[in-house]
Amino acid sequence: MSTTQFTKENTVFQPVDVLQKALVSKQISSRELTQAYIDQSKKVDSKVGAIITPMYEKALAAADLADKRIQSGESNPVLGMPVGIKDLISTKGTETTAASKILKGYIPPYNATVIEKLEKAGAVLISKLNLDEFAMGSSCENSGIQKTYNPWDLSRTPGGSLGGSAAAVAAGECPFSLGTDTGGSIRQPASFCNLVGVKPTYGRVSRYGVIAFASSLDQVGTFARDIRGAASLLQVISGEDLHDSTSASLAVPDYTASLGKDVKGLKIGVPKEYFLEGLNSEIGTLVHNAIDTLVKNGAQIVEISLPHTDYAVATYYLCATAEASSNLARYDGAHYGYRADNVTNLNDMYFRSRSEAFGEEVKRRIMLGTFVLSAGYYDAYYLKSLQVRRLIQQDFLNAFKAVDCIITPTSPIPPFKIGELTDDPLHMYLADIFTVTASLAGLPAMSVPCGFTAGSKLPVGMQIICPPWQEERLFQIGYAYEQETSWTKEIAAL
Amino acid sequence: MSEISPEMIKKIASLARLSFADEDEKKIGSQLNEIVSYVEKLNELDTKDIIPLGNPFDIGKELRADVPVESLSTSDALMNAPLSKFDHFVVPKVI
Repeated sequence: MSTTQFTKENTVFQPVDVLQKALVSKQISSRELTQAYIDQSKKVDSKVGAIITPMYEKALAAADLADKRIQSGESNPVLGMPVGIKDLISTKGTETTAASKILKGYIPPYNATVIEKLEKAGAVLISKLNLDEFAMGSSCENSGIQKTYNPWDLSRTPGGSLGGSAAAVAAGECPFSLGTDTGGSIRQPASFCNLVGVKPTYGRVSRYGVIAFASSLDQVGTFARDIRGAASLLQVISGEDLHDSTSASLAVPDYTASLGKDVKGLKIGVPKEYFLEGLNSEIGTLVHNAIDTLVKNGAQIVEISLPHTDYAVATYYLCATAEASSNLARYDGAHYGYRADNVTNLNDMYFRSRSEAFGEEVKRRIMLGTFVLSAGYYDAYYLKSLQVRRLIQQDFLNAFKAVDCIITPTSPIPPFKIGELTDDPLHMYLADIFTVTASLAGLPAMSVPCGFTAGSKLPVGMQIICPPWQEERLFQIGYAYEQETSWTKEIAAL
Repeated sequence: MSEISPEMIKKIASLARLSFADEDEKKIGSQLNEIVSYVEKLNELDTKDIIPLGNPFDIGKELRADVPVESLSTSDALMNAPLSKFDHFVVPKVI
């Protein structure tokens, strides 16, 4: 439990559980809390650029409804709490763009299941947040709408694809936010913005209404300033959905019940392939220090090998782009979204709408994916990548026979300068090296703040990976570490 | 494998329903070739008899009961149409 008491100063940076208790004890109303986040958003977003579509009027109306429910004695971890939403998740009646010109002006006629769940629980949806276009990118520089800047250093990226969701929480524009993670899109920005970011096991959360990038990799996850916040938001959205046949019918445990359990005897797998000589030395040191903190609390280190790690980026960029090229075929100017002017025939409509409205990175990935699936190349590239994917998953499942969790750095590099990698797509792809593996294997994984670089004070995160369906264990370990440190209490000076 | 030729790039673009200006086509050709030569490393691995992994935990193979349920109304479905008439999406002439 947080020992922090609620104060009306710096409201927007307080931990989620403190705010939730303050709502229940009527120290603050949901309307006042929502207004505080609206005020902060108006104050800082011109510098940060996280918000594509504010939802302030709807938010205040939802806050009033939440206040009525709180008055009548109801409580749950998200009731009355503002939540930011990555603009890749369909919100009925509110523009949802995927940060692409091709969906500018698109208003979903239905809610994603995760949104339905949030609204039913009384959460207050406050803004649609920026991302790389169609979630394709590692820096938020590929957004077709606007740029987002890292609140810790406005000349640097907040990470991608969920730069907006991370920057918004780091800048106090919302207490927690929803995102999606396909190859690291939650974990890497969490690491870059000093936040907790979690991607659950593939199948734990419904993908219905989530604009698809790669259907066998996409998962909805959460960002928050601390473990309890991330866990309580994930709790609300988890569970089987009849609209998503890939969602698991497994019961969802109480994720927060494991918080406070010790880590005595916990076996931490440290894979040598993630700590090779070329790793940024500050990042290596901070992550090793974090592991040592857990060891001081009773955990044990077990050196392991995940031998196919070096093939993960290649595997990911083949199967993810193949799936993306198929998923993005629906954007054709016919039913919704951008249609080019004065189209003369059907082909003209398809070619021009897509070419005029898709950004460069999206087109690049569609081209790569189309090539990989085309006749004569399918076996050599796509099928091969899925076979290597099996080997990568096997590496993890074998490792988990001997260890309870695996800890690695989240990103091989600290937050980079805007523009630094934009002309070098391959280098940008290699920045995903530590996060794509858990995505390929479908495993639950979370980035937790573990320190800052010395000179420029840039955030660094460590990644915890657990066996399938063990989100509780992720949170248990992260929380045990968090209790021994105070990284999550740091606030970006804006 | 050998490079992706400019003709192949044109063919892929056509399949993807994308058109590029000449310099953009050259640029994307060379970027794709760089990526493709990087992914060649997968050929270092012997994957004979390895079953491809398309769905991490094989969830979703069962079919649900064949019971009709409500879906989007016509007006909702047409809500974002660039052009619609008589409850249909309108597109340029096909023939």
